[in-house]
Amino acid sequence: MIRTENLHKSFGDNHVLKGVSAEFHAGKPNLIIGSSGAGKTVLLKLLIGLFRPSEGAVFYGDTNLFSLDDKEIRAIRMKVGMLFQGNALFDSMTVGENIRFPMDMFTRLSLKDKNRRVDECLEMVNMEGINDRYPSEVSGGMQKRVGIARAMVLEPKYLFCDEPNSGLDPQTSILIDELICDLTNRNNITTVINTHDMNSVMGIGDNILLLKNGKVAWTGDKSQVLESDNKVLEDFIFASPFLRRLREDALKQRQGG
Amino acid sequence: MLIDTLLYNFGQYILLLKSAIAKPERFSMYYKETVRQMDAIGVGSVFIVLLISVFIGMVTAVQFADQLGDSFIPSYYIGYIVRDITIIEMAPTITCLVLAGKVGSNLAAEIGGMRQKEHIDAMEIMGVNTAAYLIMPKIIAAVLVIPLLVAISAFVSIIGGYLATVLPGSISHTEYVLGLRSFFVPRYVFIMFVKAGVFAFLLTSVSCYFGYYVKGGSIELGEASTSAVVVSNVLILLFDFIIALLLT
Repeated sequence: MIRTENLHKSFGDNHVLKGVSAEFHAGKPNLIIGSSGAGKTVLLKLLIGLFRPSEGAVFYGDTNLFSLDDKEIRAIRMKVGMLFQGNALFDSMTVGENIRFPMDMFTRLSLKDKNRRVDECLEMVNMEGINDRYPSEVSGGMQKRVGIARAMVLEPKYLFCDEPNSGLDPQTSILIDELICDLTNRNNITTVINTHDMNSVMGIGDNILLLKNGKVAWTGDKSQVLESDNKVLEDFIFASPFLRRLREDALKQRQGG
Repeated sequence: MLIDTLLYNFGQYILLLKSAIAKPERFSMYYKETVRQMDAIGVGSVFIVLLISVFIGMVTAVQFADQLGDSFIPSYYIGYIVRDITIIEMAPTITCLVLAGKVGSNLAAEIGGMRQKEHIDAMEIMGVNTAAYLIMPKIIAAVLVIPLLVAISAFVSIIGGYLATVLPGSISHTEYVLGLRSFFVPRYVFIMFVKAGVFAFLLTSVSCYFGYYVKGGSIELGEASTSAVVVSNVLILLFDFIIALLLT
């Protein structure tokens, strides 16, 4: 489990996070949602330790990430996998080399064993046989899957996904969500997903944290979204008239039933 | 304000170098990267080094021959002057100034691009010491390869001087070779290699520094690349003077 306590982060005069306390549980997808500029990416980068907080703490289990020195932080990061918004696949390496990179760097496995693990990871994301292609030679959705495969290659305990659905069509988006959800459940990983995709919220939102102006505006799960009377949540999730109508219909149906 | 900026950048540069000097996570990965950089910096720069070197030698020889004119200084001095100017100054300094432009801007753009595409963040999250993995192999490769390029440059410049003076008949082959073999001070070769090593370290570490801390988009990346070249060039000239003071 990952826990944050009274997390503040400022960049000069810009106070981005204003006392965020939250819990992210193992074995289910934890979603951070909110409109652009709400502080989602900053919170994610604080959780990983890419930024240091102005105030507050991030706990991995009982360990405060920011009480550790650089070497100890790197040791924790060995248990972390991350899927970046832009995938962050190394252009000069093939798909197979990208996935193998963390093993090349941190394990003493033979090349044969490493390649076998690469194949396993590609199979896990349904991308078998593309080892020798370069990232530029595969589609955006495939790149996301390769990014997930690379994040999973060292069997992480924590998985972070920054906007995993951005730039993807709705069908591929759902496939990516299902894949992340499945890996999270199967491997009992603490997964934190930063998104503003409504399909994700309603599809895999087992623990949702809504941020507004750097503060936690609402927490709950997907089953509570429909009936919540939280104004911020309502405005954010049901922003379009179409979704608002759908919600009203769904609520009427429930009341009628 | 300028002093503040200078001190801030100097401090950050020293901290980056401190982080870069660390035990490799996997020696073989660092070795592979070092070899790749040796190829990129060394083999990739041979042509431009040959080209500038031959012209440096030719220009030096022609101008000195012109200055000698009808003086009483023996004409074999042309070979002697070309050799010493090339070894002490032209080969290490001009070659490294050119490499600061070619290699330095390339390194700043490569690392800066990785920063912007979140490749550096991705490596950090994997637990890689990015300062060490991205910077140290480049510095080691440059410090090993650039002195070799400088030695090649010195050799080719001397040949350039020969082509520019012996072929047109300004002096004879024998006179030029006699000049080359006169008053040789082996310490000058040592100075050439010291300069080459120091300049190689400066141009790679400074360029990597500007790339590593790049922020923003493509305009900032271009600015970082330009700053890398400008600052490297200024430092090369400054250290050229310091080494000259200390070693001559």
